[in-house]
Order: sequence, then structure tokens, then C-alpha cells
Amino acid sequence: MKSLRHLYGPIIDNNPVTLQILGICSALAVTTSLTTAAVMSLALTVVLIVSSTIISTIRHHIPGSIRLILQITIIASLVIVADQVIQAFAFGISQKLSIFVGLIVTNCLVLGRAEAFAMQNPPGPAALDALGNGLGYSLILLIVGAIRELFGAGTLFGFTILPLIENGGWFTPLNLMLLAPSAFFVLGLLVWGIRSIYPAQVEHADFEIAVEPNRRAP
Amino acid sequence: MADLNPLSLWRKLLALPNESRTKTIAMAFLISGASALLVSSATTVLAPIRDANIAAEQQARMDNMLAAMPGMTEILEASGADQLETIIVDLETGKATDIDPAAFDLQSATTNPDTSHEIPPEADIAGLGQRADYAPIHILRQGDTLKLVILPISASGYQSTIEANLALEGDLNTVAGLAIISQGETPGLGARIEEPAWQSLWPGKQLADETGEIKLSIVSGRASTVFEIDGITGATRTGNAVTAAVQFWLGDYGFARVLANLREGTL
Repeated sequence: MKSLRHLYGPIIDNNPVTLQILGICSALAVTTSLTTAAVMSLALTVVLIVSSTIISTIRHHIPGSIRLILQITIIASLVIVADQVIQAFAFGISQKLSIFVGLIVTNCLVLGRAEAFAMQNPPGPAALDALGNGLGYSLILLIVGAIRELFGAGTLFGFTILPLIENGGWFTPLNLMLLAPSAFFVLGLLVWGIRSIYPAQVEHADFEIAVEPNRRAP
Repeated sequence: MADLNPLSLWRKLLALPNESRTKTIAMAFLISGASALLVSSATTVLAPIRDANIAAEQQARMDNMLAAMPGMTEILEASGADQLETIIVDLETGKATDIDPAAFDLQSATTNPDTSHEIPPEADIAGLGQRADYAPIHILRQGDTLKLVILPISASGYQSTIEANLALEGDLNTVAGLAIISQGETPGLGARIEEPAWQSLWPGKQLADETGEIKLSIVSGRASTVFEIDGITGATRTGNAVTAAVQFWLGDYGFARVLANLREGTL
């Protein structure tokens, strides 16, 4: 069952968002509510699986000189289709996601998996790897989305959890949570938490700061 | 004799080394062709559903605006819903045109150079750049008296184009209501212009003073006159954009001539 490692590896151990810091742009933009985060996660996971499978199937026939262009063409077409499907069947959410579904094309995560994994592996493992990475991305998006929606608007999936003061409750919403910087804070805390539990994920500094032994304060 | 069997040609192509020029070009065409087919078929299949969604959304916002206006439901019921007539007006002359409203598409009219004009930069307070020569407006008459006029207005906001319907009462100076049709401003800040609580501040406000100058604006903090509307904290630029939308579209490049004709009763 070695191939299953492709599936659960990227969820925590090799998470694309918290370890590789990929796909941050959309993680900041669409996590103001859990619903948009969930739809975005689903769209990205589907695009990732289908593109990885297609690219992996035709990998022996992709000329090296134009491989990136072919990969991005396939990914872009799938993203447009995903965007159209969301606009047709979840119109309200598509308005909130605005351009970020389209920006899946530029998400390093999708092209990264195509180039790094799908080009070298058969379709089965490639699809599992894509599913794993999609789930890893979704997990982080859902956590960040849940924290931001709960503290920013007092709701989860639109249902009231913490009654707001303006509706007669007790909770004063943190407006900062609805702005992009708060996603950075939440993400940073998440990375800190994960690396405290899994110290192996801590990156070594590229350059150590040298301290002169005899240095005196000026 | 050349072998023209497509199956063996296909096998030959696949057997070519990946770096050969023929295969590179063939793969590029094959992939882009397949992608184009996928995208265009998905768009064509889903277009009716998407258009229906957009139309339903805009209709729902229009209905909400009408329902929120005091006394409007009774007028509509008394006069029958089809009394709310839609006409396409020519903004240059201020006259009605004979364009079929059902077939009119404001978006394509705005981008088509034949039916649109560039707005001179000094007049372009709403940051639109381009304006269609025609615009759809809704008029409600009871007998011969003008009861309501609904004008589409728009401006570029903090991070999106804000589109709204502004409803004016029969005197063409009192706001009957405002409905935001589409916007993509910051959620929780600028996007709050979509909230009914904010839009309910609009009815009863006055557009222009005695001199005819458009005074209506969104102020920071509390409104103190009939020309002012409370701003939203943290959404100054969105508020300014809505102000600009009102001032631009009621000005000379907007509906000024249309409104003048309506006042004279020649429209």
C-alpha cells in the first residue's frame, strides 16, 4: 500500500500550503467565509485531479520544449470549465469568489504537481497525489475560513454561532478577521503550530548570522 | 505510395521521438484543439443556465427595491405590473428609441465602439472610461402622472465596478430607493452597500437644490441634511464611488437630457 502514501502524505506531512507555502494568494482571498472556502477547495481539488490524470496519461508524448505551455493549456481549460459550472449551479457563491476561481490557473500548486509528479508517474498515483494535495489545500482553507468567519461574522456556513451585538447578542465581530492580513496571521499561527508538533518540518536557515566573539557594544 | 491510413499515421506520430519538430507541432495543435473544444462546449452548454441566473438575480434585486419603497406595492397592484414600462433612451438626445428592450444588451453596447463614446477624462468622475449611447430606463405612470423612474447607474469603486438602480419619484428630485445590482467590494466593509439597512437610508433624500446642482452625496459619519447619506465606516472609497455614480449619471454625460424631457413631458 505504498501508493497510498501519495494520498495522505500531502495532507499534513507535506502540506502544500503550510510546508511548501504554495497557493497562498487564494488562501488569503477566499477564506472570509467557510462556504466560499469550501467551494474554492472543491474547484481546486477537481481541477488538480483531472489535470494531473490527463497530463500523466499523455506524459510520454509531451515534447520537452513545450511541456509547460501544454500543461498550462490543459489546466486553464479545466479552470474555465470549473468556473462555468460554478456560475451555472452556484451563482451566489460565484459572485463572492469573483476572479479567484479563474486564478486557479496561476496557482503554483496545480502546475507544481503537474510538473513535479504527474510528468514522471502513471495516472493512478498521479491522481492519488493530486487528491492528497487537493485535500491538504482544502484542509488549510477550511480551517482558516472557519476561524475567520467565526470571529469575523459570528457564523459558520452562514448559521449563527456567536450572536452578534447588533442583533441583540453579546459578540462584537472582529472586522480585522474579514481583511486579508488576518489570513496571514491565522496561516502563520497554523504553520507555527504544525512545526511545533512536527519539528522535522522546520527549515534550516540558509545563512546563519555570525556573531563576532569579541564584539562590544558601541 | 504513401500510406494514408489514419490509424497507422497516428501510430507513426506517436512513435516519433518527443523532440522531433513534427511531433512538437502536432501535439501543440492536438492539445489546443481539444482544450478549445472542451471550453467552448462547456460554455455553450451552460450559457442558458448562467444567463437565467443573472437575469433572475437582477430581477430579484429590482423587486426587492420596489417592495422596499413605501406605497409602491399598492401602486403596482392597482395599475398592474406591466405598467412598469422599459424603454431604451438615447443619452445624447434624451429621446426614447425604438430599440427592443428585450434585445438590448447594455454590456455589449458599452464595449461596441459604434454604440458607445469615450468619456473625456475631466468629466469621468465615475472612472468608467466608456459609456454606451443608450441606456434602459423603467418608467411607471399612473394615468398620465409620472410616478417613478428607475435609472441604471454605475461607477468604478474600490476594487470593482458598482452597478445600481436609482429610483426617483415623480418630481424627479426625490429618491425613491437605491438597489445595488452588482459589486465586488471588500466583504464586511464596502460590500455592506448591499445591505438593506444601508439602502433604506436612501428613500426621501433630495437630489439637487433649487439651482439644479446635484448635491446628493455620501458623507463620512452621520448625515445632517436631505442631500446627505450616512457613510460606511472603513468604506470611504466605496462611498465616494456611489456618490460619483449618482453625480455622473445625473449629469450632462448621463441622464440630464432624459430627465429634462421627462419633466417637460416630451418623453
